Amino acid sequence: MAPLSERIVEYLPLLISGLWLTVAVTFLSLILATALGLLWATMRTSGNALIERPARYIVEFLRGIPILVVLFYIYFVMPELGVDLSAFQAGVIGLALTYSCYIGETFRGGIEAVDKGQVEAAKSIGMRHGKMMRRIVLPQAFRISLPPYGNNMVMLLKDSSQVSVISVAELTLQGKMLASSTFDNLTVFSMVAVLYLCLTIPLNFLMRRLELRMGASL
Amino acid sequence: MIRFENVHKSFGHIEVLKGIDGEVEKGQVACLIGASGSGKSTLLRCVNGLEDYQQGRILVDDQLVDAHAASIHDIRTRVAMVFQRFNLFPHMTALENVMEGPLHVLGEPRAEVRERAEEHLTRVGLADRVNSYPSALSGGQQQRVAIARALAMRPDAILLDEPTSALDPEMVGEVLTVLRDLAEERMTMLVVTHEIQFAREVASSVFFLDKGLIAEHGSAEEVLTRPQNARTQDFLRRVTHPV
Repeated sequence: MAPLSERIVEYLPLLISGLWLTVAVTFLSLILATALGLLWATMRTSGNALIERPARYIVEFLRGIPILVVLFYIYFVMPELGVDLSAFQAGVIGLALTYSCYIGETFRGGIEAVDKGQVEAAKSIGMRHGKMMRRIVLPQAFRISLPPYGNNMVMLLKDSSQVSVISVAELTLQGKMLASSTFDNLTVFSMVAVLYLCLTIPLNFLMRRLELRMGASL
Repeated sequence: MIRFENVHKSFGHIEVLKGIDGEVEKGQVACLIGASGSGKSTLLRCVNGLEDYQQGRILVDDQLVDAHAASIHDIRTRVAMVFQRFNLFPHMTALENVMEGPLHVLGEPRAEVRERAEEHLTRVGLADRVNSYPSALSGGQQQRVAIARALAMRPDAILLDEPTSALDPEMVGEVLTVLRDLAEERMTMLVVTHEIQFAREVASSVFFLDKGLIAEHGSAEEVLTRPQNARTQDFLRRVTHPV
């Protein structure tokens, strides 16, 4: 067997290509999940039962299904219903749907934690509900939600490895394929773990910095 | 300007307002006094629809106040409110707090709003704190920003809900000074307060509330110096001589 350093150099390009896909899947599903989560949270705190209920049902429904099943469903069942999606698209949508529930609940907690006096002050200058949410409640709710949102982000990054089951060649799947062709499990999976840490450690650091900065003006 | 006609309000089974009648005329300062739980804050909050009421009518300039109607937003732009705990927007500077209503609710031009907001902050003595966030201001300063925020709406009347009771004693004076000036300029105000001395100086009329009813009503002199009602007498004795 070639020396360790040579093997690392040999494996790295493949794993890096998987790493990029991991970043892409995570980034796109995070944006989608955040937008949807914001939608669920504002629906659930609207105070209108007709708007609130559908969001509650959607969230409870999606939260009750394992990510793997959601991914299989979107990738294998949707084509039968006439919706053809690439593995990448299906992976992003599946992760986004599942995580929109967690992120939505995080935002809802943040919205509900905003001091009631803020709502009253906004109302007292004649603000209507929508503008009050946008300008007064959500900016404060976002600060409150930031630490749990950061956790969700890191969890989403790690759970992006789940899309390997529908053949998206991200970091985990690249690692698995490389390991089974080289039988060098120790080196390959150690490299995979280190590459994940290269993403999660800076991300955690970044979130802590952001929390400190945002907390400063409150 | 603000008229109450037989106003009833309940929280569940507990009736907190049991038929309130009264009027605050334009340019007047009316003070609501009474023990805690007497319903005075609730009555004040009904005027701009932060609470609804079940019976009777509240009229602002002959317009019916209905917390559930779309017209409430318009009424709120004309009747500003100052809260006990200030309720400044913590993510905005003092200046942004004052600009928020005129700029984003009334849709007035930014340059004009900014200039006026600076004037309002100057008049409450905070010209040097325009760019401070609420967390960097003392309670008295925060309440003065809140008064500037109310003034910036150019309201017909201002409601004040115990504006000095959350303040440290040494900061009460600076807020009352601002309110005294407003009273001199004939700003219509309805004030829930425990500051009897302040009420005596500025109030055109005083309402003493007791258990959801107006037990006594008259000029400051009548109610605060020569109260007729036994409960008013008792309340004033306890407030002015606490020990």
